[in-house]
Amino acid sequence: MPAIEILGLEKIYKVGFWRKQTRRALHPLHLTVENGEIFGFLGPNGAGKTTTLKMLMGLVFPTAGTARILDRDWTEPEVKAQIGFLPEQPYFYDYLTAHELLDYYGQLSGVPAKDRKRRIDEVLARVGLTDVRGVQLRKFSKGMLQRAGIAQAILHDPKLVFFDEPMSGLDPLGRREVRDLMEQLKHEGKTVFFSTHILSDAEALCDRVAIIHKGELRGVGAVADLTSSVQGKVEVVWQGTQVPASMKALGAECHITGDTVRAVIADTQQDAAIDALRRERLRLIAITPLRTSLEAYFVEKLQHSQTTAGTTV
Amino acid sequence: MSARIVHIASNTFREAVRDRVLYNLIAFALLLSGAAIFIGQISIEIERLVVVNLGLTAVSLFGVVIAIFIGIGLVSKEIEKRTLYTVLSRPVRRWEFIVGKFFGLAGTLVVNTFFMAIGVFAALLYVAHKFSSSDAFILVALYFIVLEFLILCSLALLFSSFSSPLLSAVFTFALFIIGSFADDLRGFAAMTHGIARWFATAAAYLVPNFSALNVISAVAHQQSVGGQVVLQNSLYALFYSAMVLSGAVLIFERRNLK
Repeated sequence: MPAIEILGLEKIYKVGFWRKQTRRALHPLHLTVENGEIFGFLGPNGAGKTTTLKMLMGLVFPTAGTARILDRDWTEPEVKAQIGFLPEQPYFYDYLTAHELLDYYGQLSGVPAKDRKRRIDEVLARVGLTDVRGVQLRKFSKGMLQRAGIAQAILHDPKLVFFDEPMSGLDPLGRREVRDLMEQLKHEGKTVFFSTHILSDAEALCDRVAIIHKGELRGVGAVADLTSSVQGKVEVVWQGTQVPASMKALGAECHITGDTVRAVIADTQQDAAIDALRRERLRLIAITPLRTSLEAYFVEKLQHSQTTAGTTV
Repeated sequence: MSARIVHIASNTFREAVRDRVLYNLIAFALLLSGAAIFIGQISIEIERLVVVNLGLTAVSLFGVVIAIFIGIGLVSKEIEKRTLYTVLSRPVRRWEFIVGKFFGLAGTLVVNTFFMAIGVFAALLYVAHKFSSSDAFILVALYFIVLEFLILCSLALLFSSFSSPLLSAVFTFALFIIGSFADDLRGFAAMTHGIARWFATAAAYLVPNFSALNVISAVAHQQSVGGQVVLQNSLYALFYSAMVLSGAVLIFERRNLK
C-alpha cells in the first residue's frame, strides 16, 4: 500500500479582474510515494511544489484529479490525524508560548490529555526548544520558529509527514539537525515527503525524488538510479605532491590539494594508472567511477524542458 | 458541540485577552466613575436616568467596536499570516473553524459585558444609593446588547471570510448603522408604492433589526420589557446569526487558501 497516490491532480487559477484569464499552476500530476521512504519533491521557486502540498492538505482545491493518502480518500478529515505538515516559512500564534502552541495543536489533533504533556516534552527536546518552552513565539528567531514548526508537525506521532522547504531559514547546524531528524523519522517507519530546491539536502536524504518545473513533472526515480549514469571516467586519488610523467602520458586531468593528487582519466586507462602509481611507489587512496550528480541531472531536466518549450513556441 | 470548536473558541478568547482587548474595561470604568461623580454633584433628580442611559450606551458602543475590529480579522488575519495552514491541515473541518471563531469572539464580548454590567450597577448604586425592582430590566437591556453583539460577530465573520479587513470593517459598520434605523426603514418601505415598495421592504427586512434590540431608553425611564419581546428578540438574534454564520461557512468552505 503506497503512502501517497496522486492521481492526476491539476490546478488552474482564474486570474484578472473578471476572472476570465487562466493560469495553470499544476499540470495533471501522477505520483506514488511508498511507505517508509524519504521522498524529495524538487523544483525551482514557483515550480508548483507548494501548490501540490496545499492541495494534499486540503488548503487549495484541485481543478481536477484526486489523491489517496494512507489508502484513504485524501479529503477525509480522519486522514489528517495521521499526517503532519510543516508549511513553508511557518508563522504561528505569536501570543502563545511554545508549550501552549503545541498543547493547542495537540488538542486539535485529538491527542488525549493524559499523553499530551509527555508528547510535548518529547518533541520540544527533540527539536531543542526545551529551554524556551515558556517563551512567547513573538520572541523567537526564524530558526526557532522553524523548529517549533517541525515540533507541531510530529507532535501527534503521524505516520506521514509533509515538510515544505524544511531547511529554509536554518543555519548549517540547524540544517544538519533537521536532516538527522528526517532520518530518525524514516527509521521509526514513517514516510517523509519534503519539498526543497536545495539539491544537496535531497541527495543526502532521499530514497527517491521527483523533479517538477513550471507545474509539470520532469522526472522521478531513486536518487541512485538518477545519478548512476557513469560518464566513462574514473577519479584516481593518491598521496603525493607531484604528478608522475607516466600519469600525464595517460591524459589525466590532475588537481593537487595539499599532499593529495586527484586525477580524472578514462576508465579504460584504470589498470595502466594503477601500474604507473605502483612503479613510482606512490600510495593509492581511492579509485571512484565518476557519476552524474543530482544537480547535473536536475539542471539537464530543466534545460531540456526549456528547450522543448522554446521549440514548441 | 465538537471539542475542536471549544479549543478554537478558547484560543480566540485567549488571543483577545493577550492582545489586551479587555483593557477597554479601564477606559469604561474611568468614563463611568467620572460620570457618576459628576452627576452625583449636580443632583437634579435625573441621576438614575443619566447613569443608566450613559452606562448602557457605553456598554453597547465599546462592545460594537470590539466586535467589529476583532471580528473583521478573525479569518482574514489567519489567512494573511498563514496560521490557518497548520490548523486546517489537522482533522479540523472548515465549518468548525468558523463556528469556533464565532464562539471565541462572542465569549470575549460576554465576559467584557459582564464586567461592564458590574460597573453600571456600581455607578447606579453610587448615585441612587439603592436599587429598585425596575432596575432588573437593566439586565434585559444588557441581554439585548449581547444579542446585538452576536449578530455583529456573525456579520464581521461573514465579511472577513471573503474580503479584506478594511472592507469588512466598512461593510459591518455600515450594516450596524443601517440596522440601528431598521424600524424607520420599515416605516419608509410602508410609505412607498409599486416596485420601490418591494425593494424597500426587502432591504428593511434583510438588514439586522438593531433598533428592536435597543431598549436602553425605555429601561432608563423605568419602563418594563415584556416576556414576549424577550422571546421574539432572542429567536430573531439567534436565527439571524445562524443564517449569517451559515453564509460565512458556505463561502469559506469553497475558498482556496493561496
